[in-house]
Amino acid sequence: MVEWTDFERATIADIFSKMEYEVIGPAALSRCLVVYPWTQRYFGNFGNLYNAAAIIGNPMVAKHGTTILHGLDRAVKNMDNIKSEYAELSVLHSEKLHVDPDNFKLLSDCLTIVISAKLGKEFNGEVQAAFQKFLAVVVNSLGRQYH
Amino acid sequence: MSPTAKDKDTVKAFWAKIAGKADDIGTDALSRMLVVYPQTKTYFSHWKDLSPGSAPVRKHGQTVMGGVADAVKKIDDVSAGLLSLSELHALTLRVDPANFKILSHNILVVLATMFPTDFTPEVHVSVDKFLAALSRALSEKYR
Repeated sequence: MVEWTDFERATIADIFSKMEYEVIGPAALSRCLVVYPWTQRYFGNFGNLYNAAAIIGNPMVAKHGTTILHGLDRAVKNMDNIKSEYAELSVLHSEKLHVDPDNFKLLSDCLTIVISAKLGKEFNGEVQAAFQKFLAVVVNSLGRQYH
Repeated sequence: MSPTAKDKDTVKAFWAKIAGKADDIGTDALSRMLVVYPQTKTYFSHWKDLSPGSAPVRKHGQTVMGGVADAVKKIDDVSAGLLSLSELHALTLRVDPANFKILSHNILVVLATMFPTDFTPEVHVSVDKFLAALSRALSEKYR
C-alpha cells in the first residue's frame, strides 16, 4: 500500500487536471525515441523514425504518445490501488507486447523532463518528488505481472 | 554510447547559451537532488543547512558546475582532462557512482525548466551522453 501525503495527492491531481494530452504525450514519446533510440525496437511498423525530425513529426508516434499518457489516467483516478489498476496492462506489456520493463523508467524520465519544461519554476523540488514518486509507482505496477 | 563529433558540437553550442546561468543551474540541480533523492544527503552530513538554495548548496552547486564547464572545455578527452577530479572522487570522496546518474538527471530537469525551447530532444540526447561520459570519467579510478 503506497502512502500518499495530501500534498502529493493535490500535486498529481493538479498536474493532470491541466494536462494537454495531445501535446505532452507526443512530446514525451518522441523524446524517448530520440534520447533512447533502442526503444524504437517496439515501433517497427511506425514508418519513418530515421532521425529526430522524422520521429517528432511522425503522426503514429503522436497518436501513440497521447494513448500512453491517457493510460496514466487510471492511476490518477485511483491512487490508492495503482497496483491492481495496472495488473491487466502489465500482463499485456509482458505477454503480448514483450516490452522490457526497463523501458518504462526511460519513458517516465522523458515525461518528467517534458512536464518540467512546461511548468518551469512551478516544477520545484517538492513537486518533482511527488511526480516522480507517482510515476515510480505506475512503473512498478506495470512490471509486476512479468514472469 | 560515447559522444560523437556532432554531440560535442551540440553540447558546446548549448553550453555557450547557458553558461551565464551555470551557478543557478548548479544550485537548483543540487537542491532538487537533496529533496527528490534524500539518500544523497548522506554525503553532506557536515553541512549546517541542506535546504534548497542554502549557502552551502549554492557554493557546492558552483563547484560542481565549474567541473562541468571544465569538462566542456576538455570535451575531446574528458577522462584525461579530469584526471585529478577523477582521483578526488575515487580516493577521497568515494561517492557511489549511482549518484552521478541521479545528479545528471536533475541537471537535465533544471535545463528543461530554464531553457524549455532550447532543450530540444536532440540537445537532450547530446547533453545526456556528455554527462554520462563525464560520470564515467569521474569513476575511472574507483577500482
